[in-house]
Amino acid sequence: MNEQRRTRLALLALVGTVLALFLANKYLDDYKIRIINLSGIYVTLGLSMNLINGFTGLFSLGHAGFMAVGAYTVGLLTMPIPMKEMNFFFQPIVPWLANVEMGFLPALLVAGLISAFLGVLIGAPVLRLRDDYLAIATLGFAEIIRVVFTNTQSLTNGALGLKGIPNYTNTWWSWGVAFVTIWFVSFLIRGSYGKAFMAIREDEIAAEAMGINLFRHKVLSFAFASFFAGVAGGLLASLLGTIDPNMFRITLTFNILLIVVLGGLGRITGTVVAAVVVTVMMEALRFLDESINLGFIQIKGIPGMRMVIFSIILILVVVLRREGLLTRLKGREASYAEN
Amino acid sequence: MLRIENLTMKFGGVVACSSFSAEVKRGQIVGLIGPNGAGKTTVFNVITGVYKPTEGQIFFHPRDGETHQLVGLSPDRIAKLGICRTFQNTRLFGQLSVLDNVFIGNHLRLKSNVLSSVLRIPSYAREEREIYEKSLYLLEKIGLQDFKDERASSLPYGMQRRLEMARALATEPKLLLLDEPAAGMNPQETRELTDFIQEIKEEFDLTIFLIEHHMEVVMEISERIYVLDHGVLIAEGSPSEVQRNAKVIEAYLGVG
Ligand SMILES: Nc1ncnc2c1ncn2[C@@H]1O[C@H](COP(=O)(O)OP(=O)(O)O)[C@@H](O)[C@H]1O
Ligand SMILES: [Mg+2]
Repeated sequence: MNEQRRTRLALLALVGTVLALFLANKYLDDYKIRIINLSGIYVTLGLSMNLINGFTGLFSLGHAGFMAVGAYTVGLLTMPIPMKEMNFFFQPIVPWLANVEMGFLPALLVAGLISAFLGVLIGAPVLRLRDDYLAIATLGFAEIIRVVFTNTQSLTNGALGLKGIPNYTNTWWSWGVAFVTIWFVSFLIRGSYGKAFMAIREDEIAAEAMGINLFRHKVLSFAFASFFAGVAGGLLASLLGTIDPNMFRITLTFNILLIVVLGGLGRITGTVVAAVVVTVMMEALRFLDESINLGFIQIKGIPGMRMVIFSIILILVVVLRREGLLTRLKGREASYAEN
Repeated sequence: MLRIENLTMKFGGVVACSSFSAEVKRGQIVGLIGPNGAGKTTVFNVITGVYKPTEGQIFFHPRDGETHQLVGLSPDRIAKLGICRTFQNTRLFGQLSVLDNVFIGNHLRLKSNVLSSVLRIPSYAREEREIYEKSLYLLEKIGLQDFKDERASSLPYGMQRRLEMARALATEPKLLLLDEPAAGMNPQETRELTDFIQEIKEEFDLTIFLIEHHMEVVMEISERIYVLDHGVLIAEGSPSEVQRNAKVIEAYLGVG
């Protein structure tokens, strides 16, 4: 096919991004750089969720939980030893973590692996039986993680959270990981395993009759997705420097879901664009939550207004354009002509 | 190749198939006929592991000195052993391309693991190239090479049926189960299909078990025919024997 053209476009995008990041780091202020970082992290998160929800056709809502796992892993593994002592003044940290301090990359990898392991642990029983329940199970998992992290004082410092996590995350890390994720998901999807995932999405009975082990492939897809969600959580922790269990609420998962739905289920480019757009919009629309002073009149802000707007967008997209906002219309009739 | 012994399948109160026994020998084309709702598709569903039978056993004998009890195995295991099927109401991967549909049929024979597929290490790249070549060959065989990049669901019905067959062939089956392959086809297409079935049987060294509503098709290509009515075997034998059987005539006239 147009293999060459695709490779050239990918390279172009890569070079373009590198250039843009250089310029951004040079000329933009910290606030804007932070949005760029968040965009990169949301690209990873969006693709991770799209892998399960879009390509494999499962419905998972556990991203906040996997991010929490990744964030705490990176926080605890990269924090300098004296800083840990300061953080855990209420109750000392468990001894096996007290004297650990590792580099950012190994910490991110560990974060991804622990997250993937937990993903398999909760995914396996559900995926073996009825994957209709995956959404509920993962949602429950995310809430449980939050409650557990609030209460394991000597492991996570409970509700106090972690402060002083070293800020390793910069635009190179956030977008570097984003590009690795784009590359990984694209190649996965183009290969035989990715096509098997999509076959499962299209028709489980037919996929199984063609010799595809449903359980094994679903767990595989779920493990990859959890891995990247964990890594993204780690990036976020290192970007913010401060984390606590309440950051990882369902609204976080909801943001990612919004990206996936806007970008189009099973669309890579769409997801990347949507991730950037949604992140920027989320900041741009922040004024909705705050009170606005127009000089002559003071409008009281309604907290959560942004979320309402986003929910409405989400509903509209689901109702009007299920294949996402950023996809061409070609072949649309065909997909719906089917009985 | 395949031996079905005393197969009974009940769905709640409905007995879809009762004490059905049959044998399909290596290299044969065997027909399974009967009026609508007779339980034919159910027999296929049980063979391929979609349903676990209420009673009975199924033995698959793909080569000398190798026998598998199919009851209790999952559909993907059964496919890997070498039994593949088409569906009465086609079940293609609708949103995927025609070529990808056939490509996916090869997945169960893939040796590379998932990471080598993402990293595209040479051994995987070679496997994938072979899969593409084989898939294109199969598409050419069914005359769909010019449609390879079309969405499977956009194909007309007759083509979808052929595509299902190509996808099934990609799994390299020893035994191919065809569920009403001529359904919805005109006489011309039906004749082509009959030739096609015989052709692939020779080329891929297949054994074929075939459900068909069109009597002409079954009568022409089957060496042996089983007739089901209300889940019960009412006749078996060569096409001419079955054709003369009073019960068969009655069952068909009764319906039609
Ligand atoms: N999954 C099922 N649940 C309940 N009843 C079924 C199921 N599958 C088939 N049946 C019933 O079994 C009988 C035989 O169906 P089927 O095997 O599809 O017949 P045929 O293929 O010969 O037309 C029918 O009465 C049908 O309603
Ligand atoms: Mg049927």
